[in-house]
Amino acid sequence: MNGIHDMGGMHGFGAVDRRPDEALFPEAWQGRVCALAGYAIGAGLANLDAFRHAVERMPADRYLADGYYGRWLYALETLAAERLGGDAAVERPDHVGSVVREVDREARFAVGDAVRTWNRHPQGHTRLPGYARDRRGVIAEVHPACVYPDTNADDRGESPEYLYTVAFDSRELWGEEAEAAATVYIDLFEPYLEVLE
Amino acid sequence: MTMALRTEAIETLLVEKGLVKSAAVDALVERYEQDIGPLRGARVVAKAWTDPKFRARLLEDGMPAIRELGFGDNTDAHVARLVVKENTESVHNLIVCTLCSCYPWAVLGLPPAWYKSPAYRSRAVREPRRLLAELGLDLSPDVEVRVWDSSAEVRYMVLPQRPEGTDGLGAEELTDLVTRDSMIGVERLQRTR
Repeated sequence: MNGIHDMGGMHGFGAVDRRPDEALFPEAWQGRVCALAGYAIGAGLANLDAFRHAVERMPADRYLADGYYGRWLYALETLAAERLGGDAAVERPDHVGSVVREVDREARFAVGDAVRTWNRHPQGHTRLPGYARDRRGVIAEVHPACVYPDTNADDRGESPEYLYTVAFDSRELWGEEAEAAATVYIDLFEPYLEVLE
Repeated sequence: MTMALRTEAIETLLVEKGLVKSAAVDALVERYEQDIGPLRGARVVAKAWTDPKFRARLLEDGMPAIRELGFGDNTDAHVARLVVKENTESVHNLIVCTLCSCYPWAVLGLPPAWYKSPAYRSRAVREPRRLLAELGLDLSPDVEVRVWDSSAEVRYMVLPQRPEGTDGLGAEELTDLVTRDSMIGVERLQRTR
């Protein structure tokens, strides 16, 4: 979805405020939210993609105001309201492990292949950042097939897809004023990619 | 309602529904605060600096290599791969996650606040040189910048360059030199800290 979370390339957020020796959890509730989210996901409240999508569904003003663990808290509340309403028990996942999956087909692309990303604006969850939509890149690495977040996030199934690291020249992403000698590498799933003729 | 009260309310609900146990939450918070930190990554880096064969294995496939050191437990169980990128005289690597804040928990622990900030997430992919310069790292125009946007379940870690004048140092002293920020790619290491 085209949400506030998709921040790559945005202006207006100022300088990076890097403070030495800051506390991991400046407020106690932040640590509890961090741990609660881990256990709730492990116990089947939602898979990780659905959790990320719940964060993305947060109203933009609150997303910016509430901070990182405030977003996690919102996601827990949202998922609990959507999924824990009735008496039915939450189904515990049979395993919480790697997202890598075996598939009985070959990867469509190889290292060095020229590709173009698709130009789609799905309402749901996706891992193609907006700044890399409809852009030309080159396959830099082929990874194993993994759970596809776009379908897994709203429980339409894992439908595993091959994952690639795709290299984009900075000028392709940001135009002629882009910084020189810079490459952005993005991990993208096979459906996002088309052959570049 | 305050964040703290909302957190209590959601914890009560999750406990009632049998999804979490409060004692386990206490223990995990303590573990995050005490055990899981960038020290693991620093040990990995020091080992890579002193053991060329380990370095080669680490750059080939990060997760099996860090398991040799006893790391890579289920902290990051969902992750597909750990990819380690080596900084050299001619290439500088930088890690970001523009869409959320994916981070190599297994080696660096939880991410610092600035890594999760809109300023870092928005700028690292568009103006990495300017951003790094603001953070005190001026890269020569000859140095190629590679930015890794962790948009799926691959996690990245930077293997920083070993500082000059550290030939005689042992593993412990080398580990002490390695900062978290150097393994994200926003800092270069110096002999003295």
